[in-house]
Amino acid sequence: MQEPSAMETKKMEKNTDPAVEGGLERLTQEKITKTINEVLEKETGIRLKTYVETCMRCGLCSDACSYFLSNDRDPSYSPAAKVKQTIWEMIDKKGKVSKDFLRRAVHISHLECNVCRRCSMYCPFGIDIAYMMLLVRRICHKLEITPQYIQDTVNSHSVTLNQMWVKEDEWIDTLQWQEEDAREEFEDLRIPLDKEGADIMYSVIAPEPKFQAGLIYQAAVMMHAAGMNWTMPSMPGWDNSNMAMYTGDNEISGRIARTFYEAAANLKVKRIVMGECGHAFRSIYDVGNRWVSWAMPPFEVVHALEFYHELLTQGRITIKENYTKKVTLHDPCNVSRGRGLHDKAREVVNMICTDFVDMVPNREHNYCCGAGGGVINCGPPYKGERMVNNRVKAEQLKATGAEVLIAPCHNCHSGLEDIVHHYELDMEVKFLGDIIFETMEKKVYKQGE
Amino acid sequence: MNGFIDFIMGPMVWISVMIFIVGLILKVAGIVRKVREKESYIFSYMTLYHSLRSIGAWLIPFFPRATRQQPVFYAVSYIFHLALFVVPLFLSAHIVLVEEAFNVSWPALNDGVADILTVVIVAALGFFAGRRILVPEVKFLTSVKDFFLIFMVLLPFLTGFLAYHQVAAYEWMMIVHILSGELMLIIIPFSRFSHMITAPLTRAYMGSEFGNVRHARDW
Ligand code: SF4
Ligand code: SF4
Ligand code: SF4
Repeated sequence: MQEPSAMETKKMEKNTDPAVEGGLERLTQEKITKTINEVLEKETGIRLKTYVETCMRCGLCSDACSYFLSNDRDPSYSPAAKVKQTIWEMIDKKGKVSKDFLRRAVHISHLECNVCRRCSMYCPFGIDIAYMMLLVRRICHKLEITPQYIQDTVNSHSVTLNQMWVKEDEWIDTLQWQEEDAREEFEDLRIPLDKEGADIMYSVIAPEPKFQAGLIYQAAVMMHAAGMNWTMPSMPGWDNSNMAMYTGDNEISGRIARTFYEAAANLKVKRIVMGECGHAFRSIYDVGNRWVSWAMPPFEVVHALEFYHELLTQGRITIKENYTKKVTLHDPCNVSRGRGLHDKAREVVNMICTDFVDMVPNREHNYCCGAGGGVINCGPPYKGERMVNNRVKAEQLKATGAEVLIAPCHNCHSGLEDIVHHYELDMEVKFLGDIIFETMEKKVYKQGE
Repeated sequence: MNGFIDFIMGPMVWISVMIFIVGLILKVAGIVRKVREKESYIFSYMTLYHSLRSIGAWLIPFFPRATRQQPVFYAVSYIFHLALFVVPLFLSAHIVLVEEAFNVSWPALNDGVADILTVVIVAALGFFAGRRILVPEVKFLTSVKDFFLIFMVLLPFLTGFLAYHQVAAYEWMMIVHILSGELMLIIIPFSRFSHMITAPLTRAYMGSEFGNVRHARDW
């Protein structure tokens, strides 16, 4: 493995993030103490206390964390160490912590943890470190010291109910433009908007219409070829991403989730199919529903991996020519560890590809891409650091010797692309949908055929 | 002096055992009550099946991947925890005391075996302490408290061992042995030793989240 060039790991002494620095400047000691104690008293309970009292400071969770491993076992990156340097101290000092402490706490919780939950599988007691890191972010949010880029996406959510400031007409325009393009290939292809009572509401994240409209095109072709009765909402709620969930802005996060479910409810659809994104899936399947008081989502929520599996096994889509390049598959935390879809994903890959090589470790044990949990969303200022912090992933990828890396998650996709470039791995990063689209029979499915 | 010894060998034993048992019961009851009060959602995710599945998986030596990555630590840890319960409960000297008081008894461990297990416990504690000093990621997390906890466990076993072998100052060894044993029982519910009862709870919750909600395994 090549050395991560002049980019040694060094702890951020001074964070130059304007939002963090500006926020810190505005804070008074009184406000810091009051806010921390408020969150600790009102928003946490025995769960946090039990975690703190049960943790034996054994350090066994360290080996789980890609940050720890990528930084040559630097102890400060160990999962429990992140807790020690943040929430434990806040508890110990009863909220009387300094601005320097907070600067570091923002950094640890937002940029040194992907809330990927891998460590919970390595702690003999199953302590949920990710929960505690999100709690730190919640405190940072209330102190208004969230990193600038990710805060900006939350602001966008707040104003437009989507992550990318996509205006309503832009959204509809994009869909119509994709439909038009696709009609050159398929005469009667439609992207049905607001079709009441459709079987499926198809849902994407805002970066798709903004930068990757081709993905919507591909999905439409699949839906068309498979003969699905589907729709997309024209109204807010079409974006299934949720960055507020990662900044601890629970109020906005809840608004986003509610709008999403309402869109589905208004359309009276039977179920929701989500594009290839892990964090969006987490927000709808695991987080947003809880915030709006549903133990489980009120709709059947299906991730693209599961949906592809269904289309292929039911013969609604047939593969014309198998994909022959050597491929490997990245397990997105939020749909493997977060939904157990890793085996189905492998079945799908094996149905379309002839040369599949697995990464080690894999399935629930796979390393995070290093971009998830809002880390990549903290933006370009932290990219160099992110590359250093993710060396194990690069090593893992390189060991497969694959030509194509399938990353069925938007965050993973972007994060892995960065890694592939930085470590000069000769790999192409693709969505699973890309490959299905490339290899599928574009013939239209007819019932009973 | 004799009065004091009578006290620590008599009533004090029962007081500490009661504090230990009642303390742990109250601890669990308190956790359950507080979950009800403020975090009742926790119950809606917990299932008995997934809780037991996870606890069970973690009880099988070297079944979880994490345990296979740290074979030395886990091997020491399994044996240590086992001996920690077996030695005090099945030591013939302890059983005799119980028999004298209540006229109940159970099969005792061979004294030689108990002796070896005690050495194992002491060695394991040495291993844990050494880890805290030598392994950087553990050192980073370690505070004086952690050494105190190790010392608290060490004391009754070490003094018991020395008393049994009558190395020196038998009477004093016995007194320290009894007192430290009692003290350990008393502080279990109030210290991180209570992981003996809270760890199954946290594991059950994580096992349920992974199994019930996320359809994945947590080992
Ligand atoms: S949640 Fe993931 S990134 Fe965060 S400490 Fe645990 S293993 Fe590391
Ligand atoms: S979180 Fe778990 S593994 Fe990590 S130090 Fe605490 S008890 Fe040990
Ligand atoms: S971006 Fe992908 S790998 Fe990373 S946390 Fe999300 S799902 Fe995991």
